[in-house]
Amino acid sequence: MAVAEPEAMQQALDRLTSGEAVLSLSETEAEAAEGFDEAGETMIMNMGPQHPSTHGVLRLVLELRGETVLRTKPVIGYLHTGMEKTGEQLTYLQGPTNVTRMDYASPLFNELVFSLATEMLLGIEVPERATWIRMLMCEVNRIASHLLFMATNGMDLGAVSMMLYGWREREETLRFLEKVTGLRMNHNYIRPGGVAADLPDGWRDDLLRLLELIPPRLEEYDVLMTGQPIWRERLQGVGVISAEEALALGTTGPILRSTGYAWDLRRDLPYLAYDELEFDVVVGTYGDCFDRYAIRLNEIRESIRMLVQLADRMPGGDYRIQDKKVTPPPRGRIDESMEALIHHFKIFTEGFKVPEGEVYAAVESPRGELGCYIVSDGSATPYRMHIRAPSFVNLQTLPYLMQDSLIADAVAIISSVDPIMGEVDR
Amino acid sequence: MLLDQALPVSEARGQLVLHPARDQVIDVVSQLRHEGFVMCADVCGVDYLDYTGERVLPDGVSAERFEVVYGLIDHANRRRVRLRVQVPEDDATVPSIFLIHPGTSALEREVYDMFGVVFEGHPDLTRILMPDDWDGHPLRKDFSVGRIPVQFKQDTSAR
Repeated sequence: MAVAEPEAMQQALDRLTSGEAVLSLSETEAEAAEGFDEAGETMIMNMGPQHPSTHGVLRLVLELRGETVLRTKPVIGYLHTGMEKTGEQLTYLQGPTNVTRMDYASPLFNELVFSLATEMLLGIEVPERATWIRMLMCEVNRIASHLLFMATNGMDLGAVSMMLYGWREREETLRFLEKVTGLRMNHNYIRPGGVAADLPDGWRDDLLRLLELIPPRLEEYDVLMTGQPIWRERLQGVGVISAEEALALGTTGPILRSTGYAWDLRRDLPYLAYDELEFDVVVGTYGDCFDRYAIRLNEIRESIRMLVQLADRMPGGDYRIQDKKVTPPPRGRIDESMEALIHHFKIFTEGFKVPEGEVYAAVESPRGELGCYIVSDGSATPYRMHIRAPSFVNLQTLPYLMQDSLIADAVAIISSVDPIMGEVDR
Repeated sequence: MLLDQALPVSEARGQLVLHPARDQVIDVVSQLRHEGFVMCADVCGVDYLDYTGERVLPDGVSAERFEVVYGLIDHANRRRVRLRVQVPEDDATVPSIFLIHPGTSALEREVYDMFGVVFEGHPDLTRILMPDDWDGHPLRKDFSVGRIPVQFKQDTSAR
């Protein structure tokens, strides 16, 4: 990890606080200002929220001179459904069903960070097997999420065949997730106290088959894109950001690492049992769109490396904590014991009480630092549940990545930031 | 020990929390940046209006309705620190730390949007998630979820 130089840091701060790249127009002003200015030199253009390359409903207000982007303002909120407010009405056991819908491309990470925060408040430690199952599922989910990026990034840049290939491989990973959790997405699988169910019979064979299938496909991507002169021309040197700027903007994940700054919570502030796995943190050099693409491609390879170790070393034991306070009784007990039935009923209707306090948990999602801040007042629902969404913070890099670039590159740049709007707007 | 000035400190499940006053925020955050906390990862608000528990705060910190919580991270020494700043209801303002950590721009806008806390010195403090003409601040505890008016009440079909 390169330590930021004070002068370079100051330079970055000067640029970021000067407001030269960010357009300060409110939503309504931007609508009124659309079109050429009085001198006819610059023009304001609203791109989105309905645009195929905006990955959902991101709207960009662009100030253009000819085809050059001068200033940008991302306008968000089109998917805002008040999920943090909803989180205050739901019990801790219902919480994962809510947060899993935020970053819908990597739902297991949302469930994980919520569960970790709740467990910190409860002061409980989940069994080893539950921890390892969580790591296994998250890494499969990371592969799925990065494959989704590969697909959409290809599509945005005109490599339509890549869209089909990325989707095809992602479907295979989702099939594994479906077999374990019952759902392709929004699993509600990782819950406070452990996971919802043990790994099904034959999971290891399924996983190893998946791990055999994907690496040769990645080689195909390399042939199709990484080595392609057209692909490289389109991405290299486009949307450049320096490490200092990325730090000052609070950027995390592949965007920060593309600048050569090796920061990955899995290695640097380990959670679960990542300190027992062997893996490398992939970094770039130039901080451009190509590095961000290459990092995600190689992170799939690192995840596969981790999954091989996880499949090998999966410990035995229980998949959830045997603490009557947070764990419902086994299904079989409910048929024979009235107490078990009452216990089951109470946990799913009233929920369990969580001691007072406040805590922040963070995990490395495919998009960066995903954090969860929970304040508990001692009741069965969080008093305040805040999600620090990596896409939300990362979106602020857009104006700086786009400044002085061509409008045709805007699509490549949005795509390389890989924002998930469900998470941005929550 | 962090900082040359003594700040009220507390610990939450093993996590270090500092409690600066509002007028100390800029000083504390920029000093912490010099001590290695190069990134402000998170800014969020909390409204303690309905809090039924007992609010435990260190000596010298008086509880107010709002709290703005900053999450700072030191990459070189791999540590985090949290700042909890008390913000009174009748004067809900906090100095913006935009000039130290420009990445808090969107986060501060979100706190403003959701809680109505004004960040003084922020270059573009507008609503970010709610529409511009929205009335009220949704994450305040006195903004109930049932308060959104029904939009299609002219429908007269017998249902």
